[in-house]
Amino acid sequence: MTSRIRWRRLVGRALLGLMVLAVVVIMGLPLYWVATGALKTNREIYTFPPVWIPSDPQWSNFVAAWQAVPFGRFFVNSIVTTLGAVTLELVFALLSAYALVFLRVRGKGLVFALVIAALLVPSTVTLLPNYLTIARLGWINTYQGLIIPVAAVAFGVFLFRQHFLTLPRDLLDAARLDGCGHLGLIRHVVLPLSQPVIVTFLVIYLVAHWNDFLWPLVATNRLEWRTVPIGVAYLYQVEGVQNWGPILAGTVMALLPMLIVYVVAQRWIVKGIGGGALKG
Amino acid sequence: MGRDVGCASGGSRMHRSVTVIEERPTVGAAVKPRTAVGRLARWLGDWPLFLLFVAPNLVLLAVFTYWPLVYNAYLSVMQWDLIGPVKIYVGLENYRFLLEDSEFREVVRNTALFTLGTVGGTIVLGLLFALLLDQQLRGISLARGVVFAPYVLSGAAVAVFWVNMLNPRFGVVAQVASWLGTVSPDWLNHPRLAMVAVILVYIWKNVGFTTIVYLAGLQRIPKELYEAATVDGAGMLERFRFVTMPQLGPITLFLVVVSTISSFQAFDLIKVLTDGGPVNATTTLLFYIWEQGFVAFNAGRAAAAAVVLFALLAVISLLQVRIGERRVSYD
Repeated sequence: MTSRIRWRRLVGRALLGLMVLAVVVIMGLPLYWVATGALKTNREIYTFPPVWIPSDPQWSNFVAAWQAVPFGRFFVNSIVTTLGAVTLELVFALLSAYALVFLRVRGKGLVFALVIAALLVPSTVTLLPNYLTIARLGWINTYQGLIIPVAAVAFGVFLFRQHFLTLPRDLLDAARLDGCGHLGLIRHVVLPLSQPVIVTFLVIYLVAHWNDFLWPLVATNRLEWRTVPIGVAYLYQVEGVQNWGPILAGTVMALLPMLIVYVVAQRWIVKGIGGGALKG
Repeated sequence: MGRDVGCASGGSRMHRSVTVIEERPTVGAAVKPRTAVGRLARWLGDWPLFLLFVAPNLVLLAVFTYWPLVYNAYLSVMQWDLIGPVKIYVGLENYRFLLEDSEFREVVRNTALFTLGTVGGTIVLGLLFALLLDQQLRGISLARGVVFAPYVLSGAAVAVFWVNMLNPRFGVVAQVASWLGTVSPDWLNHPRLAMVAVILVYIWKNVGFTTIVYLAGLQRIPKELYEAATVDGAGMLERFRFVTMPQLGPITLFLVVVSTISSFQAFDLIKVLTDGGPVNATTTLLFYIWEQGFVAFNAGRAAAAAVVLFALLAVISLLQVRIGERRVSYD
């Protein structure tokens, strides 16, 4: 009797394990496909049935991709844009949330509502007007044009505000009695207690800006000002369907930075996005 | 403002900030104002600092989020090619055009189809994946990692390698089709299947998000509820129906709203996978707006379509919240 129950449980677990494996294979297969495809010879790419393991890894595909389009420029543009926007957003979000939680002024609720209501405005509606604004400012094909219009934060303020509300008031009062001013409080009390939230924030915004496609597409029109995602689409366009090896190699290069960020910060991402969503 | 108390007494780590904060009027440090400036500072309280902290962000929001709403509405009643100096007032002509245009009707239909497919797909699959990944199995965190990974990737790059995978002659999808004993269609050039393919790729890329949120939700359900249900004789399906489902109700509502909004903003996948085609088969509202604005240089029509999209999103969000309130309070 007991052995039968144990046997049934074992079969159940094995079945579950198999289903999990199926999910992993379905979700992971495309990643395997692009990673190996980047190393295949064109002959291996254009055969059917497809080759699963490249026999002679073609690292030259990466060189070819790098030479076909100005990848170096794309990376510089993406790095400057992403870091610039994320830095501004972090500072804005921290200061705004601090002000909204710890400063004693009337009308805070209104300011918070103004910030949060921005979440309801889809970027779709702002696309054309913002393009016209930066065109008038002469900001097409500039870093300020790529960064400033997307540097305002709404969700980030919400994220930090939620966290600050949970900080122990006693600790802050004690630091204030010790003579800490507001900047001192931020540096020595609030920031050290906010590290997990900051990491979550950084990852969310890093990923969003690195992958952004539509705004950089509109805010630039010269090849040397394009960012990595547009650059990859461009590479696919110029190399057409004749030369998949370098195209896939370029794609891998575009994917790698965020994959690395993801692997390093996975713990916080999962916790931050899962938990953050629930709190909201 | 003679404040000579500093962070110093609180420990050496706090020493440096003293010089920075000295000038700032602060409430909380009980110092009696001796001068007129001091009294003014006290009367103003935290206001100057508050403004200093929130203003930069608010200014950017005003210029690049709120002002565009107004300007977009203005453009929607104009006829303008984005280049010439003259904007002609045309009243509601742009809206009338959209209402009567058969192409725009197709665009709305495509958007509805795309939204239903992607939101439904990511939510149903996300729940299924979360239930599977909630098990205590060896290597489960690696499995979770793989499921979530596509969510952090660039949509444009994802689309590029999916074009390769979907190739009917040498793609991996063709291989899978041949294993299943059929021949892969030319997905991206097929008038109906192109939309299906775009939806499937979108689901692959985004299902990790719903999975992670559902996982967090599952882990928050009190174990006692399951134990009580088991004691009452509930089987696995009943436990799911009467414990898991109601407990996940609010999360599902949240996910539906968030997923709908992000699905309306899908652009890079469509741009690279099909460029809105074949003909207009995968042209969604956002794609149409971009095309009208930046390819056809028809600012008025693009702006009017943007207003339509904004209104649709607002209505959908409101409806979902209303429905949600009723259902959630029911459980």
